[in-house]
Amino acid sequence: MYICLFPAREVPENQRFKENRMKIVIVGNGKIGHLLVEQLAKEGHDIVVIDTTYEKLHYTQEKLDVAIVVGNGASVDVLKEAGTEDCDLLLAVTNSDEVNLLTALLGRKIGAKNTVARVRNRDYDREMNLLNTSFGLSFSINPEKTAAREIFRLLQFPSFLTRSSFAGGRAELVELMAQEGGILEGKRLDQLPAILNKKALICTIERDNEVIVPSGSFVIQAEDKMSFSSATADLPFLLRKLNIKTQNIKNVLIIGGSTTAFYLANYLKRVGIGVTIMEMDKDRCEKLCELLPEADIICADGSKQSILNEEGISKVDAVIPLTGYDEVNIMISLYAKSIGVKKTVTKVNRLEYLSLVDTTELDAIVSPKSLTANEIVRYVRAVSQSRDGSVETLSTINNGRAEALGFTVPETGFFLNVPLRDLKLKKAVLIASIVRNEQVIIPDGNTCLMRGDSIIVIADPRRMISNLTDIFLDNGGNA
Amino acid sequence: MNYRIVAKYIGFIMLVEAVFMVPALFIGMFRGEDGAVTALVFSILLTFAIGLVLSRVRSGNSISMEDGFVICALGWIVMSLFGALPFWFSREIPRYIDCWFETVSGFTTTGSSILTAIEGIPYSILYWRSFTHWIGGMGVLVFLLAIVRMPKGNGEPFNLMRAESPGPAVGKIAPKISETAKITYIIYFALTVSMMVVLVIEGMPVFDAVVNAFATAGTGGFAIWNNSIAHYESQVMQMTIAVYMALFGVNFSVYYLLLTKHFRDAFLNEEFRWYWGIMIGATILIGINIIPMYPGNTGQAFRDSFFTVSSIMTTTGFGTADFDKWPEFSRYFLLIIMMIGASAGSTGGGMKVSRLLLIFKHLKVQMANMIHPRRVCIVRMDGRRVEDSVMFGTTAYMAAYMIIMIVSMMIVALDGKDLETTISSVICTFNNIGPGLHMVGTTGNFSAFSDLSKLVLSFDMLLGRLEIFPLLFMLSPGVWKRNTVNTAPKKTKKSV
Repeated sequence: MYICLFPAREVPENQRFKENRMKIVIVGNGKIGHLLVEQLAKEGHDIVVIDTTYEKLHYTQEKLDVAIVVGNGASVDVLKEAGTEDCDLLLAVTNSDEVNLLTALLGRKIGAKNTVARVRNRDYDREMNLLNTSFGLSFSINPEKTAAREIFRLLQFPSFLTRSSFAGGRAELVELMAQEGGILEGKRLDQLPAILNKKALICTIERDNEVIVPSGSFVIQAEDKMSFSSATADLPFLLRKLNIKTQNIKNVLIIGGSTTAFYLANYLKRVGIGVTIMEMDKDRCEKLCELLPEADIICADGSKQSILNEEGISKVDAVIPLTGYDEVNIMISLYAKSIGVKKTVTKVNRLEYLSLVDTTELDAIVSPKSLTANEIVRYVRAVSQSRDGSVETLSTINNGRAEALGFTVPETGFFLNVPLRDLKLKKAVLIASIVRNEQVIIPDGNTCLMRGDSIIVIADPRRMISNLTDIFLDNGGNA
Repeated sequence: MNYRIVAKYIGFIMLVEAVFMVPALFIGMFRGEDGAVTALVFSILLTFAIGLVLSRVRSGNSISMEDGFVICALGWIVMSLFGALPFWFSREIPRYIDCWFETVSGFTTTGSSILTAIEGIPYSILYWRSFTHWIGGMGVLVFLLAIVRMPKGNGEPFNLMRAESPGPAVGKIAPKISETAKITYIIYFALTVSMMVVLVIEGMPVFDAVVNAFATAGTGGFAIWNNSIAHYESQVMQMTIAVYMALFGVNFSVYYLLLTKHFRDAFLNEEFRWYWGIMIGATILIGINIIPMYPGNTGQAFRDSFFTVSSIMTTTGFGTADFDKWPEFSRYFLLIIMMIGASAGSTGGGMKVSRLLLIFKHLKVQMANMIHPRRVCIVRMDGRRVEDSVMFGTTAYMAAYMIIMIVSMMIVALDGKDLETTISSVICTFNNIGPGLHMVGTTGNFSAFSDLSKLVLSFDMLLGRLEIFPLLFMLSPGVWKRNTVNTAPKKTKKSV
């Protein structure tokens, strides 16, 4: 009896989001670049696209209301010609990590206010924090890793769980019901940090049709509907602690040894799920074998049903086709489902294929391209709003009786570097989680807000909060 | 092969050797051992003179892999030939073949002796005998690389180091080969001196402490008393020596990691862990096995077991107990760990723990592949992939190792000694241990063998110390062709 509630809904962009036009330079007009241009142009930003080939640029220019510059994006002249000196945002999304990093570095040096680079190489990914600071990146994107994270998310948790993700999937709000006789029943809230290892925080409790943001003395009763905030990585821990069974996936067959497969295998191995990767190319197999000591690597063509059968597709709990061909991925998933594999997650880049098959048969579909584009668009939205600390994302929980607001902490403000216990928050307002340098922090009284943090605030919708300063009582500071 | 450069380097080796003989001369003068002093003076002059002439040979600077191997193999033979002179000139060992056997046994850190009575030999000669262990332990070429400024070439000195360093693959611990050699020698020197100091503090006479430290550091095993380390009745001294033997059997790059505070890497080193694992396991098993021989003194049983295992596994060969009288299981087990030997990159001999690990891992992968042909498996060591070339090298080494052992046993068998003596004499010389079983056991020696057997066993020692290939290589006729075309040296690949 823990299943809850109503799905979180994205509130349409109402008047609470300010109109904020930005000047954006996009370097690279490939698949993702084009998708970005399309999306961002739709949102009304001023866009200049840089690419080395004229033909595709020309097509983009004809189709969309954007300016184009032909040339090497890593050249200062070209960047200047595109107006990088006074742009709000520079997006470097060519297919070369090195060019992207160089472009971002130069762009930053000549005056771009924010820079984003696509960096997908595993070797660079490990040092991303260092690269972000030394190249002055505001943000970096790794499409393969994003896809892997999403697949992992889809695999790991029962679909009935109501979850909202924040900060690019790093932080979560989960709604659960307190069970009768469960570990939480009869506990005071201030006892919880000890029970949950400070890894989760109760944000709201719905009891008798009333939603409250509870205080420390609140005692949990059975059938309370609680919403927790937690880091995505800690979710398995939380569920285990609360004795909630996750979908029991013990081993996974990945077909296609792409970079996504590598990232996914890493995520899976961390939670102890067995991984088998099937890959055709012998050299790639050996490389994977070297990188992933725990995984079984099979050198075979996974698109052949006979091989899948021989290698024991029927014995695995989940099949994840990650080959470069959407058609093959769909066919493998359909076959896996037909022989009774519990779960499949299918990678499909060209979503138009899905109209041709019965998508109910495919459990879950992941499109790396649109995931990445969405991530960037979300970020762009955040940049355009965060300059003055106004709300970036907004979703409702507890059936619309509470809302979760995402903010980026601005550069200045009385609330910076002050322990939370000294800041007076308004009643029924709570800081649910803080994401700082990719780390999720579940705040307590000693935590401080620092500039650049992404924070999630839970509030009563009637408060109509639209700026970060709105969450504090007026006497909270001297700003 | 480039004859000139080979001659030049052999000249260098002889110069170094002559200099190394000098401390023995001082000891002789100090103690008034006239005969030994005269012998040493002549040996030093002869070695120095020939060395000087050879080192003046004009040659280019480039050492190919081929030259490196030949310099190493010939250098060691020449070094032993001249190193034997003090024994011969001083008439302490009457026959030259015996002198050579003793010297080879010294340089290769074997410690097998043909001497029936050690006591009574002049201190200066005993000093030289033990010092050969110290030189041979780390290698004279490595020493050369550490002190002589190498001509600027394209990384050729690596060819020298590789030829002399034990183990399946040579890892550089510093970017420059000379730095690597220097660091290794500094660690070696520091450990040796610390051992001397500890032994002196524990009350051992200074001379004994010095020669025992040399013999332990090189994992050699020449003792200066007929009953080896059992002569020192102090348990503390015996255990000190046992611990130091074990320490010298560790890969020196582990010490470098420890010194540079990479503790995690050091303790995660697979060979390091297996080395200690095997040593502790063997100590316990043998200890249990010999308890009945020590009625009411189980502690002593385990102390002797630890000393013997440490001594045998690091291929030192010191003794506190006559393990030849132990039960069959223990004797057999000791024979096995003789072959396993110490770690790569240590001063010990034998097959090396890392090779054994590689072979077992390879076997596992091959077997997995037989059942599951599509599955891709790789051999990894310390979390990193083992290159195929290293794997092939290791298997080739194993094959050569077995063949040489079998052939040597066949020749030694001609002497008509019993099987145990024949087999163990080859095993204990080839793996540079020293004492074997039965006639060549802790209390026996090699004097009863025929000249042919002594020659074969001497070569086994050299083969074992130089890890087979340099010497085998010398036997192939192609190597002796003079280089007419100046071929560019092959780039050596750094691995593991």
